[in-house]
Amino acid sequence: MLQRISDVVGLMATPLRPSHYLELVQPLWSTHRLQARVESVWDETSDTRTLTLRPGHGFRRHRAGQHVRVGVSVGGRQMTRTYSISSSPDRSDGRFTITVKHAGRVSGFLARDVRPGHLLSIGLPQGDFHLPDAAPVRPLFITAGSGITPVMSMLRTFVLRWHMPDTSHVHYAPHAHDVIFGRELEGIAAKLPNYRFHPMFTRDGHGPRHFSEAQLEELCPDWRERDVWACGPQSLLDDVTACFERAGRARYLHIERFTAPLARLPANLTGGTVLFRRSGVEVRADGKKALLRVAEDASIAAPHGCRMGVCHTCDATMVSGCVRDLRTGLEVNEPGSRIQLCVCAAAGNVEIEL
Amino acid sequence: MNAAANRLPVNLDDADIEAVGRELDAIQHEIKSSLGEADRRYIWRLIKLQRSLALVSRLIIFASLGFLPRWGHVLSGWLPFAIVMAIGTFGLGLAKILENMEIGHNVIHGQWDWMHDPEVHSSTWEWDNVCPADQWKHSHNVVHHTWTNVLGKDRDVGYEIMRVTPEQPWHPVFLLQPIFNLLLALLFEWGVALHDLDIHAMRRRRGLVDEDRRILAGIGKKAARQVMKDYVLWPLLAGPFFLYVLGANVVANLMRNLWAYMIIFCGHFPEGVHVFHEAQIENETRGRWYVRQLLGSCNIEGGKVFHVLSGNLSHQIEHHLFPDMPSHRYPQVAPRVRALCARYGIPYNTGSLTRQFGTTTAKILRLSFPGNHDRAESDYRAAGVHH
Repeated sequence: MLQRISDVVGLMATPLRPSHYLELVQPLWSTHRLQARVESVWDETSDTRTLTLRPGHGFRRHRAGQHVRVGVSVGGRQMTRTYSISSSPDRSDGRFTITVKHAGRVSGFLARDVRPGHLLSIGLPQGDFHLPDAAPVRPLFITAGSGITPVMSMLRTFVLRWHMPDTSHVHYAPHAHDVIFGRELEGIAAKLPNYRFHPMFTRDGHGPRHFSEAQLEELCPDWRERDVWACGPQSLLDDVTACFERAGRARYLHIERFTAPLARLPANLTGGTVLFRRSGVEVRADGKKALLRVAEDASIAAPHGCRMGVCHTCDATMVSGCVRDLRTGLEVNEPGSRIQLCVCAAAGNVEIEL
Repeated sequence: MNAAANRLPVNLDDADIEAVGRELDAIQHEIKSSLGEADRRYIWRLIKLQRSLALVSRLIIFASLGFLPRWGHVLSGWLPFAIVMAIGTFGLGLAKILENMEIGHNVIHGQWDWMHDPEVHSSTWEWDNVCPADQWKHSHNVVHHTWTNVLGKDRDVGYEIMRVTPEQPWHPVFLLQPIFNLLLALLFEWGVALHDLDIHAMRRRRGLVDEDRRILAGIGKKAARQVMKDYVLWPLLAGPFFLYVLGANVVANLMRNLWAYMIIFCGHFPEGVHVFHEAQIENETRGRWYVRQLLGSCNIEGGKVFHVLSGNLSHQIEHHLFPDMPSHRYPQVAPRVRALCARYGIPYNTGSLTRQFGTTTAKILRLSFPGNHDRAESDYRAAGVHH
């Protein structure tokens, strides 16, 4: 019955949905897109900022360590990146926080230009890098830079639950003043002896302090008996993975990688390999031939209309890679972009949903 | 025959035409690379304004029922009822005009795709109109914008039922053209909806093929929802006053139909516009395509509000040159296009709404009768071309 009523009300708003009108009154009530309002901003370090977000209707509680997709408009263009949630899911006010380091267009915008009151589009919390349902008995955290954010959510959860397990935490930062949440981490370590915090400063002039097995042995001699969560730059994760594989402990290692979501822009436009994903066809293409022609020459029935960039019939989603608009010479390298096949050519390897 | 048949009605050689093309490409590139936050704010503010106007207008229509004489309070009476009802109805018509013209038409054209906003994107937008967006994308974006004003190719030339240029052969059925014209104006959204059907082919085959059935099913589904909304559900909400609300919604839709018809007919049919034969577009270069768009489109002069309400199709020439440029930038490029035309001696067909709509209507009435081939010749002479 309720479903019937909602169908009828839905029909009264056609071709929109009632939610589109509800959104005019209060954006957080909309059900057709999830948004969050920025409630406050807080500078953690000189280039890192924590945003407290109030999510709209339909958001679900995250698990400590998960991340969330955040969309902003930069220069009129909608862009999306994922950020770890730095607050605990046990926080009682329904808000959550993300902690963003100033780097690149989207993070730069979030870390510098966003003000309280701004609306951001968000996704639902996702990711496998989270605490198990039963709290780990002896966790070891290895983090570097902004890789601390998902682990912070885990630590805050332990604190809120009044149960800090026997925890060791090695964290890398260039200098003491660069440690995101530094004060809070020191505070927890001072209050809860179960939590041992080992900050390592890689650029404070005391020689190389990067991750090594010997260093881990010294800081946490029982590392071979612990469940490990590691998050940070690629190089750190490579070293940590190698170390745990040598010790035969790879299955106790959980890692979170933050890979750059953008393809590298090629210096010279030589084209590349084009993979038409749905058709399962892979072909070479030069940097001049329109992708619609490339598809047709590979006997793929691509929808097409004007063949000159006017009608948008041949638009397709670029899964990954980089293409060049032949009319303007502008490159598109953001995964998930809709591209016009009839006026775009490969600029490096590219994967297309077709 | 080719060299002569291939000519466009302008005194330009191929090199000039390609130079025109390069200049227009440069304008297009310049505008597209300057798109940014302000443009995004423009379209989103307009969308919010339009939705608020639609909702508030529907509420005003209901509020008018409270002024009916039967309630017997101080303010009740036919006059107050009629005034409030008229305000609500006019507002709803205006909201539908904004939605179809400056928002819907332009979003479905892909003018806002550059924002990568999944909500305001040609692949997801559905408009408040009985024509399904995906079919319109074919009949309008592909057929009309690729084959602009080419006889036998562009179905917008006469919408397959009218004679709008002397080049189309006369048939006694065109004696009824003034009536077709009026009906098309009143039922414009339905005409647009049926537009993707190839009526000529259907007549030749004397039946429907699967493709036609698919198109009809799409229209049926979309139209059923639109009809339910405007002519059943909202009026039902008024209970015993069903007919009042139904009437208001019918008037709002008529208002939108008449407005859209008028603006769109002024885009390609006024006096002085050119039509083309298939021979003229053989091996067409980008430059020649541009020149054909310039010769086949007409602008309407007016103020800022008029341009927004017409979806900036009052800048039909600029729209045909740059179909996926955000429409609110057309006023900015129009003077440059006009100056370029003046420099190369290309006619730039612009005039007041009275001039453009007057000559269009006069032409439609005149062409319901046979003849008028001389007129086509004089158009060519006016453009300075001698055969």
